[in-house]
Amino acid sequence: MKDYFAGIMAVLWKDVLSELRTKDILLSVFVFSLLSLVIFSFALRTDRATVAVIAPGVLWAAFAFSGILALNRAFATEREKGSLEGLVITPVPRDVIYFGKMLGVLLFMLAAEIVLLPVFVVLFNVPLDVPRLLLIIFLATLGFASVGTVFSAIAVNTRSREIMLPVLFLPVVVPVIISAVEASARVMAGEPWDNLSVWLQVLVAFDVIFVVVSSLVFEYVLEE
Amino acid sequence: MTQDRLPGRTALLSRLFLVLAFIGVMVSLALIFLWVPDDRQQGAVYRIFYYHVPAGLLSFAAFAVVFVASIAYLWKNNRAWDMVAHSAAELGVVFATLSLVTGSIWARPIWGVWWTWDPRLTTMLILWLIYVGYLMLRAYSADDTRVSRFASVVGIIGFVDVPVVFFSIRWWRTQHPQPLLKPGNDFGLTPEMTVTFLIALAALSFLFAHLLLERLAMRRMSADIQEIRQALSAEEGA
Repeated sequence: MKDYFAGIMAVLWKDVLSELRTKDILLSVFVFSLLSLVIFSFALRTDRATVAVIAPGVLWAAFAFSGILALNRAFATEREKGSLEGLVITPVPRDVIYFGKMLGVLLFMLAAEIVLLPVFVVLFNVPLDVPRLLLIIFLATLGFASVGTVFSAIAVNTRSREIMLPVLFLPVVVPVIISAVEASARVMAGEPWDNLSVWLQVLVAFDVIFVVVSSLVFEYVLEE
Repeated sequence: MTQDRLPGRTALLSRLFLVLAFIGVMVSLALIFLWVPDDRQQGAVYRIFYYHVPAGLLSFAAFAVVFVASIAYLWKNNRAWDMVAHSAAELGVVFATLSLVTGSIWARPIWGVWWTWDPRLTTMLILWLIYVGYLMLRAYSADDTRVSRFASVVGIIGFVDVPVVFFSIRWWRTQHPQPLLKPGNDFGLTPEMTVTFLIALAALSFLFAHLLLERLAMRRMSADIQEIRQALSAEEGA
């Protein structure tokens, strides 16, 4: 059991270390989601009444699309550097590799999203209840990372992986996007916990189901 | 080498299904247009229901087959299961498309719109997108066992997602404005309607079974051709 967690931490630490040296993922996710926020504010009207309605949707569209960038990098770098083979022949259970990679993706996406959040507040001028929003962001991003890690490992092995990843990923995470948008809208409107609970339940259910299913099927993705 | 064509009995079965599907479609069309009464509220328009609903049901059945066959393939590592999953996914997308298109045609006169974000429509659309992605993954990758494993994984994750998608969309819809006339199953079916519906369902199911067997036969043949080619080129090389 101790080895199990040590293995997960080793895979995670390897990714964190290489990310700290290149800052590839953090920078590209941050810049891309910032750009989407700016484009959205041109595409949609930004008077006070409209912003109150569209702000949560804009935030999650930006997170979902930029999340795809982070997911793309998760295995693309491994493949380009030839370290995927090293990972595959590592004598640890496959779910150790899954959890290590998944936690890495989760960490990078969360970091970029949390940096973006103040920018979003400033640009769209919305009131924020930070602790509750952070809970939603954590649950939804875990949902993205859980299935996204599997799809990223699949897409990296196909021709045109830039297309394959969003095509596989986006329809499956529809429940996450719906619940994250609905829950954030309620938080931004200052509604009580009770109105959130059904959406938090959907998020938790999605997370539990897909962390389990993904860790079970991951070994078939990585087999060489 | 695997079998070089459909084994005789399966080919016969497939042909039998085709004949039954043809008879069923003819009979059901006659019943739909000549026998069943109009719906009290919708008039004649509702008759599209006899093909719309079976198509939707069969696409669900097809995706369930993809799910089971995908698990069986990963478990037993038998190529035949992979062919079943692939063929069922193709048919599932075809029937889902049918049900989406007929649904849209039906929605226009009844709800006044081509499309509404109703839970069933939206779930069907998301499903359609998931399995189009599944087929794209197959098409965009070299044809080897790795792709079969990838597709199986997508087939499993996609199907597990169905109830989550359905319930999240249902809750999402209940909090948004509904279309003028609420979609619902509240029309009671008369006995004639039930009989006609079951015949149409049977006809489309036979068609489904026939197409599935034919696609499987084609997959087997193309796998055989590939093997023969490889054997030939190996011989030439030697």
